[in-house]
Amino acid sequence: MKNIGLAFFVILLLVGCENDKSFKNSLDEAQISESDIEYFQNLVGDTVLFTVDQSGLRPDAISILNAQVNWLKEKKFLPITIEGHADEQGTREYNLALGARRATAVREFLLAKGIEQDRISIVTYGKERPLRVCSNEECWSKNRRAVTVVGKKIVE
Amino acid sequence: MVRHSVLKFLKIFSFTSILFINFTFVAAQKNDTPQLDMTVKRGVIKPISLAVPSFIKESGANSIISRELAKVISNNLDSTGLFKSIPQSAYVSMPLSFNTPVQFSDWSIINADVLVMGSVGLKPDGRLEVKFRLWDVSQQKEIGKGKQYFTNSESWRRISHKISDTIYTRVTGEGAYFDSRVVFVSETGPKDKRTKRLAIMDQDGANFRLLKHPPSLVIAPRFSPTTNKIIFTGYETGKPRVYLMDLSSEEITSLPELKGMSFAPRFSADGSQIVLSMTENGNTDIFINTLSTGVKRRLTTNNAIDTAPSFSPDGKSIVFESDRGGGQQLYIISTQGGDAKRISFGKGRYATPVWSPRGDLIAFTKIKEGKFHIGVMRVDGTKERLLTTSFLDEGPAWAPNGRVLMFFRETPGRAGAPSIYSIDISGRNLRKIKTSSFASDPNWSPILN
Repeated sequence: MKNIGLAFFVILLLVGCENDKSFKNSLDEAQISESDIEYFQNLVGDTVLFTVDQSGLRPDAISILNAQVNWLKEKKFLPITIEGHADEQGTREYNLALGARRATAVREFLLAKGIEQDRISIVTYGKERPLRVCSNEECWSKNRRAVTVVGKKIVE
Repeated sequence: MVRHSVLKFLKIFSFTSILFINFTFVAAQKNDTPQLDMTVKRGVIKPISLAVPSFIKESGANSIISRELAKVISNNLDSTGLFKSIPQSAYVSMPLSFNTPVQFSDWSIINADVLVMGSVGLKPDGRLEVKFRLWDVSQQKEIGKGKQYFTNSESWRRISHKISDTIYTRVTGEGAYFDSRVVFVSETGPKDKRTKRLAIMDQDGANFRLLKHPPSLVIAPRFSPTTNKIIFTGYETGKPRVYLMDLSSEEITSLPELKGMSFAPRFSADGSQIVLSMTENGNTDIFINTLSTGVKRRLTTNNAIDTAPSFSPDGKSIVFESDRGGGQQLYIISTQGGDAKRISFGKGRYATPVWSPRGDLIAFTKIKEGKFHIGVMRVDGTKERLLTTSFLDEGPAWAPNGRVLMFFRETPGRAGAPSIYSIDISGRNLRKIKTSSFASDPNWSPILN
């Protein structure tokens, strides 16, 4: 009945773990620096956008995801978490389910392109974590997104 | 985790014990059937005019409590829209003793329909003794029996709620709901960096308190109908997952069988089961989980989004939303499984169905032409009525008497934020509940014991 607090996000940034052989190898390969993260976010593109109430990958999303795949293949063993989001125009529970659909659509794409399954975690935030705060299509279109966060794996 | 002890331990928990005694006075009446000629259901109603003088102070009682008892009762009854309190400044006399005969002419002259007479005294052992009687002014007779309560002095507010419930029940014939609490999500900070905390308050907004939990995101707490527990969705592991919290210790328990992504939990009316949705491989379905055994049973297998489930009061059916037909609509399925039957057919999207504790209605959120509404329909989907409209109204929650709903309303734009509102199921009497922070996801407790 010990409560939950213990299991939090584990951010695998090549720290500690010296005594864990099997992990060490992965982590050496998976070194990630601030500039890597910046490069991934800005030049590769960590975010793909979706149409209202849809989770299908649009052509603009597919070209970003192809770039993600190429980068992720170079950075072997680097874990990633895909966050699915929705805009505020839906109810809380539905948007959680919709965010999960979007994150899964990205995951399926990466898997099909050969990214290893055990590197990928997914999570949905529904409408809980908007990027933009105005209440019109300009912001909503940016909030309907799936974000690939590199160097992060969810350990339950 | 010690499963078996969980339910055994959690007998109905009353956080203060209140003893009450009916006492007979002259010609007391028999029951709690409506006593006044008042129709709640008609389109236009004339509120019942109510006089609640400060309670008569007896041996050692505090004059603040004697005033506040009357004030909380007036506020409760006024909040229904069915009563209207006459300001004390208009009274031509104040009762001096609980047992002197009522001067009805003093109350009829100010057009009072109903008079509440009360007294409060402090017993040598430190307990408060509160008594009250309810009078029909024009008939010059007592409505129901007088009541007497003993409690510790910190619980005076609950006595006010219990007295309010008795008055409301006797005069309107509706079930009680004032002696109840609301669990909700307290929100602070800017829209793109909200901090969300579980919180609890009395139904009238008093006694606001934050609950203790890890700082990660929390969503939609819901009361157990039979134990002093809530169930909610939290992000402690990084993923949304269902947890139980014991409100007396604020200890949180995770349910191992709900690993993965689980959310939208609600209890069955007997408290033994929860219904919720779980997401596997991007697909969200409905499951029923038995708390004593940890056995989880899948109820739907559709590759649509099936979520926001709610038990019928008899435990035989589940109402939920699904986009299996293309858009979000409401469906009912037997808890034994089988085919789901669609009940909503109007234009727009229907979401967050909640079965009334009376069993007669389903409350829901409806999204139509860019507006959000709270509405109710019969269990067979007929007689749909929309009660509210705004940029974003969401998440209806039933009062224990099935007569009032709470929900949250979020304003648009950069400064947009949620507040909790209540509304009568007739569509009248929309009221904002005062909270000290932004507030969303309300859920109403059963009547306290």
